[in-house]
Amino acid sequence: MRPSASQSWPLEAPDWILNGPEWLNDLGYDFYKSFVFDNRYQMYIKGLGNTLLLTLLALLIGVALGVVISLIRVSWDKNHTEMQGPGKFFLGFFNALAKVYLTVIRGTPAVVQLMIMYFVIFASSRNKVMVAALSFGINSGAYVAEIIRGGIMSIDTGQMEAGRSLGFGYVATMRYIILPQAFKAVLPTLANEFIVLLKETAVAGYVGLTDVTYAGNIIGGNCYDYLFPLLMSALIYLILVMFFTFLVGKLERRLRSSER
Amino acid sequence: MSADIIQAMDLQKHFDGGDIKALNGVNASVKKGEVVVVIGPSGSGKSTFLRCLNLLEVPTGGKVLFEGVDITDKKADINLHRQKMGMVFQHFNLFPHMTILRNMTLAPMKLLKKSQADAEAKAKALLERVGLSDRANAYPSQLSGGQKQRIAIVRALCMDPEVMLFDEPTSALDPEMVGEVLEVMKELAKEGMTMVVVTHEMGFAREMADRVIFMAEGKIVEEGTPEEIFMAPKQPRTRDFLAKVL
Ligand SMILES: Nc1ncnc2c1ncn2[C@@H]1O[C@H](COP(=O)(O)OP(=O)(O)O)[C@@H](O)[C@H]1O
Ligand SMILES: [Mg+2]
Repeated sequence: MRPSASQSWPLEAPDWILNGPEWLNDLGYDFYKSFVFDNRYQMYIKGLGNTLLLTLLALLIGVALGVVISLIRVSWDKNHTEMQGPGKFFLGFFNALAKVYLTVIRGTPAVVQLMIMYFVIFASSRNKVMVAALSFGINSGAYVAEIIRGGIMSIDTGQMEAGRSLGFGYVATMRYIILPQAFKAVLPTLANEFIVLLKETAVAGYVGLTDVTYAGNIIGGNCYDYLFPLLMSALIYLILVMFFTFLVGKLERRLRSSER
Repeated sequence: MSADIIQAMDLQKHFDGGDIKALNGVNASVKKGEVVVVIGPSGSGKSTFLRCLNLLEVPTGGKVLFEGVDITDKKADINLHRQKMGMVFQHFNLFPHMTILRNMTLAPMKLLKKSQADAEAKAKALLERVGLSDRANAYPSQLSGGQKQRIAIVRALCMDPEVMLFDEPTSALDPEMVGEVLEVMKELAKEGMTMVVVTHEMGFAREMADRVIFMAEGKIVEEGTPEEIFMAPKQPRTRDFLAKVL
């Protein structure tokens, strides 16, 4: 027994740490209390699951919202001078709404939006993941909308003209001809948005959602020592980001080679 | 009623709030089965005129009658009329994310509600005619310019149009590919297709045109048979232009 060490060990240390090499004792004990004791490792796993689920749901909501918003904006910009009657009124109304949405969402911090969503709008809901996914999705939608709008505008105007000259209406030409090409053009950017979102969800702990960050935070508090738990959280993000960055790179190469 | 399939009446098209007068009172008509070739210097409004015929450009004044119907009328369903007016562009505008076959069957299937089998049978027959049967499953980027333009022509033909509009169909092509595209257009003309062709190919105009229209500064300066325009132009501006291009 090394008294110096045992004094700073409030927990009963297991034999495999006490019997190990001396230089590993403190490190081993830190590891033990951060991950093993009380099955604490399970909390990181839960956090990882929540972070991934939250990011994925938020991206899906973001893309759905982004497509709608970008279409409203592009259609308005392209057609409003030639439109008239109730169609123009409705499109103009939704376009104004879209602009307000973009301004408010991009002009306020995601974490404030999340807290308003959880503590005010959905104060009665205890489904943290769903509320947070909705909040991050609404946030992401504003950025995705601009990404998709850029993609649509990058498509040669001749494509719209060719579609219209065959007899397709504006909406059908968008659907069959412009959007598929625009999506392909922005797919790597959208995949990057997933990676950005992955890190942005790290504030989910503000509403008590156990994600990767919050898991590290809680365990750090429980052991009165944040070093290992927070390093663990950081490491999980790093591995995820590196993995998804690798996938995006593969996707980009695949898309480029299919351009022929 | 006349046999005019298209009638343009006092067409005006002003851009940028009237600063640019691309068309300044154009009256023209096209009879069924007629091949009309539009020539003129760059910027004279040839493309604008052609694009006003199917309302890709909305005229700021005047009317376009197609099969006797005023298609510039707000109540006209322009999408339905466009189905009968095929258009071929200088830069082909094939859909790069679809195979050649899909390029050709998309509109007939979605708009004419043809079955896939019917649409593909028609597309394949047309591919056969332009000698590109083996490219049915290729993508546009795998084709040469001349091949792309031949596909663009048959893509429009898949809709069984009453009229075909061509806007400088050979201007973006390497010289050695111009012939193959003109050949397809000549065959089409011989079969009796009504065609309005904007082109700098004076050989094609001489050989195939029933009528040649010379435009300058947004107006029709002179029109007549190829003999009248090329052999005995009446207007000094027509003569100047022909002296430069012939
Ligand atoms: N979308 C546009 N906006 C502004 N000006 C245009 C536009 N399209 C054509 N123009 C102008 O209208 C005139 C006629 O153009 P165009 O019909 O393309 O001539 P052409 O086909 O005979 O070369 C030109 O002065 C051109 O610059
Ligand atoms: Mg032109």
